[in-house]
Amino acid sequence: MAEAKTADAAASETLLRVEDLRTWFHTFSGTVKAVDGVSFSVKRGEIMGLVGESGGGKSVVGFSILGLIDPPGKIESGVIEFNGENLKDAGDARLRDIRGRDIAMVFQDPMTSLNPLHTVGEQMDEMLRLHTDMDAGQRHARCVEVLEDVGISRAADRLKAYPHQFSGGMRQRVVIAIAMLAQPKLVIADEPTTALDVTIQAQILKLMRRQIRDNGASMILVTHDLAVVSEMADHITVLYCGKVVERGPTDDVIRRPSHPYTRGLIDSIPNPAHRTARLKQIPGAVPDIRKLPEGCNFQDRCPRVGALCRESEPPLVETGARAHACHFPLKEGETQ
Amino acid sequence: MTAMLQVENLHQEFRIGGSLLDRMKFTDGRLRFPDTRVKAVNGVSLTVNRGEVVALVGESGCGKSTVAKTIARIYRPSRGAIRIEGEDISSYGVREMLPVRSKMQMIFQDPFASLNPRQKVRDIVAEPLLEQTQGRAARKEVAQKTLDLLARVGLNTEHAGRYPHQFSGGQRQRIGIARALSVNPGLIIADEPVSALDVSIQAQILNLMMDLRDEFGLAYLFISHDLSVVHHIADRIGVMYLGFLVETGPREKLFSAPRHPYTRALLSAAPSIEKTRPREEIELTGEVPSALDLPSGCCFRTRCPLAFERCKVERPTLKDMGDGQQVACHLTDEPERDTQ
Repeated sequence: MAEAKTADAAASETLLRVEDLRTWFHTFSGTVKAVDGVSFSVKRGEIMGLVGESGGGKSVVGFSILGLIDPPGKIESGVIEFNGENLKDAGDARLRDIRGRDIAMVFQDPMTSLNPLHTVGEQMDEMLRLHTDMDAGQRHARCVEVLEDVGISRAADRLKAYPHQFSGGMRQRVVIAIAMLAQPKLVIADEPTTALDVTIQAQILKLMRRQIRDNGASMILVTHDLAVVSEMADHITVLYCGKVVERGPTDDVIRRPSHPYTRGLIDSIPNPAHRTARLKQIPGAVPDIRKLPEGCNFQDRCPRVGALCRESEPPLVETGARAHACHFPLKEGETQ
Repeated sequence: MTAMLQVENLHQEFRIGGSLLDRMKFTDGRLRFPDTRVKAVNGVSLTVNRGEVVALVGESGCGKSTVAKTIARIYRPSRGAIRIEGEDISSYGVREMLPVRSKMQMIFQDPFASLNPRQKVRDIVAEPLLEQTQGRAARKEVAQKTLDLLARVGLNTEHAGRYPHQFSGGQRQRIGIARALSVNPGLIIADEPVSALDVSIQAQILNLMMDLRDEFGLAYLFISHDLSVVHHIADRIGVMYLGFLVETGPREKLFSAPRHPYTRALLSAAPSIEKTRPREEIELTGEVPSALDLPSGCCFRTRCPLAFERCKVERPTLKDMGDGQQVACHLTDEPERDTQ
């Protein structure tokens, strides 16, 4: 009983808190405010979906957390508090320590995130060598165990294989295995299944969910695919032009979106359950992020736009578990 | 009435292994040049009627794009017939294909690679028309038609003088559509036309394609891996696996009562924002076998949870189920084995 209670208390604890994060890129053609005042938090054991279209800034959020922003990019301001420590001000050495051990990353393209010149075994071993004090025998045993865990048979043999000897789905399993090796507290997965086929995607998503739950880790799932997020995530945060437009518990947001952009995204997906002759489309395209309009970034594509939207930027308003940044949010059940 | 497009028993093989020197092997005291062949398409038959949207779905490597490119005669088919309005074009050369191209045009997946970066938009859109008339078309008329087409796909006059790199992905796909429409084709082959686009832009392009179909009476052969997109746009659907057509049928039938185990697996694997659907009806393990070395019997038996002895020895052929659906699966003969 007591144990269950402490587990509960730990689960409600915040693992990562991102507050007013601004990551800007200073280019010759102007400052790109890729992430401009993003706030969210991830609880222990939670899967948080970070959704948006290309240019929304979702990947840059992931890179910022890991301190992987290179010039001309710079984290201008904000707080990235991981496990009680502010990563934004942590030094390079400290960040190297945290990357891989406490926070692991799974990238979209498993071919470019594995080194083609080293065997899978060497790449897995490196992780344990750097982050644990196991001896060679223990490390080998752990590698075999984790590789089997992600569904690769004959793991001991496969450790000697090179990345090109695996198929796309298998490679992504290896990347997940490497990410889980040091039992990280947080996994940042950036479009982990976008390059994969739908039947393989289903296998990988199931695997990732199991790995996260079994290890008691948390995950930030960065994706453009609302359907994937709705099946995986506990909470979602919707980004548009570097800003949070809406966030809340996944089912709640998908069933009753408050922001017209979220509504538009959901309606844009053809839904076999309710087929209509025409899809509801969001008009126009994402604006040039270097020349954002005054006021709300979504104003030129929004069916509910009013004079206020062109004058002032809507603040993120929190109501219970939900938050939205819109002057004229949708009420429950309202379509636009 | 003859069908817009009729494909019969189409086969497409590719020889791989490189040059003669690369393939050279010394075995049993003799110099040999073994030939490796990828069997990309294995006997696909399909019909697209006027004004109809037929979609081919399947995962990467199933041969759906190869079918599209072979029909567009980017490849020469290894075997089989391709009839455009009754005319068999399967062995046509480049010059014979020219008049056929005014009946059939193609839209490609990657809007960045399919437009010439050094041509202005007006020249890109006008090119098929000028090609068709061998440059004899009146310049003024062509210019006017180009502007009309651009307006029709949602671009404006000032866009005509720009280069492709000045456009977003969605706009480029509009340019590709305008180019395909320029010769008033009856059939458009669209190879993953919305896969590279963001979801809000994807909806715009799908709507545009459906509007154009109604307006010009177009038929589409629509290639996609995305089941929700296919359900939205297609009248009839063919499901491909390893170069074989495993099931075809009208949209509603195929989605509500899929018969082939692969179709069922594909439908249950697709993520959805609706949580009402029964999940994981058939769950697949493992991966698609290599097209270099097709399994004996049924192409799907290595991953099929319902496979039995007969699937190993006998290749199932498409059977008409009497309700518009055609299925290539031995389970249709022995429904009692279908336990899922």
